[in-house]
Order: sequence, then C-alpha cells, then structure tokens
Amino acid sequence: MVTSFFNEMYAPDGLRTPYQMLEGWYQNMPAEFRALKQAEAEDLFRRYGITFAVYGEGGDPDRLIPFDMFPRVFTAHEWRRLERGIKQRARALNAFLSDVYDRGEIIRAGIIPADLVYRNDAYEIAVAGFRPPLGIFSHIVGIDLVRTGADQFYVLEDNCRTPSGVSYMLENREVMMRMFPHLFQENRVAPVDGYARLLKRTLASVAPAKCDRDPCVVLLTPGHFNSAYYEHSFLADLMGIELVEGQDLFVEGDFCWMRTTEGPRKVDVIYRRIDDAFLDPLCFRPDSSLGVPGLMNVYRSGGVTICSAPGAGVADDKAIYTYVPEMVRFYLGETPILDNVPTWQCAKSDDLKYVLENIGELVVKEVHGSGGYGMLVGPASDRATIDTFAAKVAANPSNYIAQPTLALSTCPTFVEEGIAPRHVDLRPYCLVGRDVELVPGALTRVALNEGSLVVNSSQGGGVKDTWVIAEE
Amino acid sequence: MLSRTAANLFWMTRYLERSETTARLMDMGFRNALLPNAGGGYRNEWAAILQSKGVLQSFTDKYGEIVQRNVESFLFFDMENPSSVASCIRSARENARIVRTALTSQVWDAINTSYQDLMAMQRLERSKLSIPDLTDWTVRTSSLIRGAIESTQLRIDGYSFMNLGYAVERADNTARLLDVKYYVLLPSVAYVGSGLDNYQWTTLLRALSAHRAYNWAYGGELSSVQIAHFLLLNPKFPRSLLSCYAEANEHLDQLARIYGRSTPAQESARALLGELAEARIEDVFDEGLHEFLTRMINENGGLAQAIHDQYLTGDAR
Repeated sequence: MVTSFFNEMYAPDGLRTPYQMLEGWYQNMPAEFRALKQAEAEDLFRRYGITFAVYGEGGDPDRLIPFDMFPRVFTAHEWRRLERGIKQRARALNAFLSDVYDRGEIIRAGIIPADLVYRNDAYEIAVAGFRPPLGIFSHIVGIDLVRTGADQFYVLEDNCRTPSGVSYMLENREVMMRMFPHLFQENRVAPVDGYARLLKRTLASVAPAKCDRDPCVVLLTPGHFNSAYYEHSFLADLMGIELVEGQDLFVEGDFCWMRTTEGPRKVDVIYRRIDDAFLDPLCFRPDSSLGVPGLMNVYRSGGVTICSAPGAGVADDKAIYTYVPEMVRFYLGETPILDNVPTWQCAKSDDLKYVLENIGELVVKEVHGSGGYGMLVGPASDRATIDTFAAKVAANPSNYIAQPTLALSTCPTFVEEGIAPRHVDLRPYCLVGRDVELVPGALTRVALNEGSLVVNSSQGGGVKDTWVIAEE
Repeated sequence: MLSRTAANLFWMTRYLERSETTARLMDMGFRNALLPNAGGGYRNEWAAILQSKGVLQSFTDKYGEIVQRNVESFLFFDMENPSSVASCIRSARENARIVRTALTSQVWDAINTSYQDLMAMQRLERSKLSIPDLTDWTVRTSSLIRGAIESTQLRIDGYSFMNLGYAVERADNTARLLDVKYYVLLPSVAYVGSGLDNYQWTTLLRALSAHRAYNWAYGGELSSVQIAHFLLLNPKFPRSLLSCYAEANEHLDQLARIYGRSTPAQESARALLGELAEARIEDVFDEGLHEFLTRMINENGGLAQAIHDQYLTGDAR
C-alpha cells in the first residue's frame, strides 16, 4: 500500500519554489472572502454557460464541474521538460499512425505484433493506404499525465481521437484572472489564450491540396444534446468558424458542402467531435444520423480533411500504449522523455504469473475498457472481489493489463477547513499541423474527496487553473 | 450564415411571439368569463379559446370537462401542450441554446432567465398565481427579450431572421385572434351589435394591448369595421397585419441587400404588403372577414414556406 505522496507545494524541506507566491495569498484570505469568491466563480461559470449537459438522469441537465480556486503551478523549468516530452510523444504517435496505414515498418521490424494493430477494433481498413495531408492523423493529442515525484511524471494514456476538456483550461484561466487580477499582476503566469488561434492555424495547415483559397474550417458536433456541446460551441466561437451538425453538410461531386442561407458553401477542413463510427453511414454504421453520407469518399479523394483522421484511434489503445516508448526510439531515434507507467500484459505468461501473485497491489484494467469500468484497484478492494477478478483474468488473460498503483501527487485544494492536499492529474493538449504546438497550460483535474485517486468529474472530480510561471 | 442557425433564430422568435399570444388569449378568456351570462356560460368562452389554438381536442382528452383552473394549467404550464406558454418558452430557449454564440450575452441572459423564472413558478402553488399575473409576466418577459435583441444584436443577417420570425408569427396571431372574436366567440348572428358583442371587442383590444390606442385613433366608438381596420390595415398599430408585412419586407429587403440577390421570398412578402396597402376595409368585408382572414393565414403560411425554402434549408441555389 502506498503511504506517502509527493506534495507539489510542501516538500519535506519546505515550501517548493513555484508555490512561494501563493502561500501569503491563501493565508491572508478571510473565510468569508473565500466563500464570496467561490460563489462568484460559480456564478461566472453559470453565466458563461460553462456546463456539461447530463440528460436522462433527472435533475438539472446543465451541471457545473466543481472549480477549485487554488491554482496548480509549474516552473518554466519543469514545463520545458514536460513540453519536450509531450511534443515528442505526439510526433511519435503520428509517425506510428502514418506508418501502420502505409507500409507498417514497425511491424515488419518485429517491434509491435501485427495482430495488435491490424486486428484492433480501432484500426480502420477503410483508410488503409490513404495518406492524409502532411501525413498527420492526430491533430490534437491529449496526453494524460500523473506526477509521483519532483522530476517523475508518467503517461497514463494518450488520446489521439477527440480529447475534450480544453474549454475548461481556457475558462478556468478567464475566471481566475477576473477574480484575482492581482495574482496575475504580481506573477508572470504564461498566457493560454492563444490556444484557439493555434488550433485554427493547425486545422487550416492541413487543408487538402485541392483547396486553392483560404480554407473553410468547420467544427462537426453530434448536436446540442451531447454532454460536450458547450465546448464545441465555445471553440467554434473562439476560432470564428461554423459549428455544424451532420445535417448541415452534404456531399456533391468531389466535395463536401454546408447548407448556408446563401446556398451551398464548400468545406475544406472538418474538425470533428464525433466518433469514426458515426462519420459516414455509407462507410461505417449505416444507422448513424449524425454523419454525412458519402463523406469518406470525398475524404479519400482528397476533397476534404477530417481532423482527427478516421482510424487515429488505433494509436491510443491500451494495448498499443505500452509500445509508445518503442515508437519514439524507432521513428524519431530519440530517448523517450516521458515514461509510461510500467505495464504487465497478461497475454504474456511471465507477466500473467506476476500479476496473479501480486494482484492485491495492482490496478488491473480491461484492454478495451474505459471510464473506470471493468477495472480492479487492488489496494482498495476486499479479498473476495480480488479473488473473483483474478479468476476472470486467469480465464481470459489477453483481455487484461495491470499497472502498479501510482502514488499520485497532491496539490493544495480549498476544503471546508482551509486547504488540504488532494490528488491531481494533468492533461495538456498538443497541436500537430505544419508545426507542433503546445500552449503553456493544461487541464488539471483534482479528486476532491479525501484520499480519492479518481479525478473523473462523474466521481467527485473537479478542475483547477494550471499555471506555468514564465521566465524572467 | 449556416441555414440551421438561421432556422434556430427564426423559430426562437416565433416561439417567443407565440408564448405572448397564448398569454394574451388566456387573458381574453379570463375577461370574457367574468361576464355573468355569456350565452352558454364560461365553458363556451374557454372552448372557443381552446379551439382557436387548435387544442380543444387534446384538452378534453386530457382533462375532460372545461374548468378554468385546468385551462389555465393547460395553456400556461402544460409541457405536453405545444402551444402553452411554458412549452413555447422552453422551445425558444432550446433554439437559443443551440445558437448561443449567435446571440449577445444580454439576449441569452434574458431568455435563459425567463426560463429559470418559469421553472421557479412551476414549483409555486397554483392558487398563488392568477391569470392576470401570468399574462403580465409573459408580456413583460417578452418585452424584455425583444428589448435586448433591439438594443444589443448586430444588424447582420441573423438579426433579420429574428425579426422575420417575429413578423410572420405576429401576423398569423393577429389574424387568428380577430377570427376568434368574429367567427368563433359570438354564439349567433343575433348577438351582433349587442352588449356582449361590444364587450368581446373591448376584450380583444385589451388582449392586444390596443384598447387605449384604438380609442385615440378612432374616437372611442366601437365598431367592428373600425376595429378590423385597426387590426388589419392601420400602419400605425404595430400588431396590424400591414405593420407585420412592412416589417417582414424591410428585413427581407435587408437580406437581399446583404446577399446581393432577391428571391421568391421577397416577392411573396411584397405581394402581401402591396395588397394590404391598397386594400380598403370595405373590400375586406365584401370578401367576408372570416374568408379574408382564412386566406391571409394561408398566405402567411406561404410566406413562411418561401423563407424556409430560400434560406433555411441551404438547398436554394
């Protein structure tokens, strides 16, 4: 059982540098003032309409994600290393994608088993052999990181399809700047508001070769009942592009068009926030009404670019994840800067043996599971649950992977009695187009319940503003 | 602009205007029901109101007998009744939410707040809410939203689609309200010119917030011909059919300027405006008021269809 956690503010030898200016801030904050500010923050989030909609569970469908006012802080030095690591990983993942839909060199070289790629559910036969503009498949790479020590970060998972949450990164900052302007006057916090411009530039940079003018970029949403609809409309608005649904687009001739009040207008780049399966009923799920019939034909003939490219999901699969450091070495010839969490693949007999012997201390996950389902947290489970789960693993080992229980770092967080350490993770959003870009900021999710390691908003998680202190 | 966005804006304002009309109708029914012996009693009055909204059948299916309390619930709060004030405001807000970024924060605020108020009212005891209170609230809310649109929205195509929604819906509603009074409400022809007849005309004017305006414009004497003239052909009254089509024309012309071309939608609106501008009230009564109103309601539907085909589908080339 893990007993000590890395505290990002208080090290055993005293206050850590990045947080020095915050100590006085929170210590001198009267309780009433704090309550007032907390209420103000909630009011601002409601007013901006920053909610995630939850339908079908009763209650108010527009909910707020709890916002914690205590910022999480990185020094420029810490961030530089993270930035290099994140960009490196994003490049490697894209190199991998462009390879496995082409010659599959990494498989021929015997580094990744062919089955794991070609028989993967996320592998899209429909785009095999097609090279998207600039060879980029994943244009927005969200990399989930946890910290366990001053210099130790682990990648929990990669999100190559359509990572969400970036609107919180932007709005958390807006709200903090509005509520505590003096903190920003006194500290050199690197701005994040360039994100939308960079995103637009990234999307425009991958316009099809056929596009001979200023590219028309749109954001494709499943619609206003989607829980992330707010984010979709927020990003479209910031980028100054149309927010479209499948019904707004149609295919005619070699191109994709959108229905406007002035008649059809050609679309060059689609930033889609719907899954592959729903993109085109003629190519994928025939019952999808969210997509655009014929879109994939236009895509494959170079009439429109889809971001992220269909098929990008094969790179963020849990089974592929373990090979990402190998990808960095293979494609980039570099040493991986960010470490993977050590992972045992139960499909391998040695690993299986270890997992079954130590299952009480491990986290065991289904290869294709997500959202915390089908997963065992050894140290938090009783004997009976562990035994039942062990039997399942033994019966179908290739369906499981196991990882050590990580000692997630903590960050001071406002609680009833003042501040207390709570566990946090980090999701930066790396943009890959003609250039690879990363704004100095990320989404920090925090487990608000004492002792909890689960940062998901559905299970008592909140968010924090994340600062990178600029250099003098 | 995306056709769907234009459609959301157009329908947002149609629903807002419709909520106001339902509230005004409710007020009309309420005042009529205060008359002790209105040929068949209050039931008839409310039945006529429900009939004019096309919801008499669904009301009796759900509640059976016509009791004022139930009619009030049905017309104001009932989410299953698509033309109830609550349904309309919910639909307006849903349309607004979808095109949130095409609205100023003041407009969104006004619409969102009215919806939140409505939810709070729904939790109150019904006996604490009288029909005049509910009507006042609706009319006030509607003015607030319209004011926010007028004073903050950019004068671009989206603004024109919002105003088209208002104009088309209002024309339809004025025609319907007049038709209710003239054709549905009076028990028989024998009552024309009676005290009841006059009372109902006054109520109609009140429901359209036009009671005093009419007195100023026509010297206080009630006559069905003058009232019809006021509601149909008077360019000074903002709810008259003529005013509605002047408004629709203005905004369609604006769209034609922005988009650089004129379409069947402009022709349709121009034809309607032309007819009303030339018409004399005698012609209307020669045709038969009910027949005239029925024709107007249909032609208004035709205008809405022309706007839809031209701008809201994205199919027009």
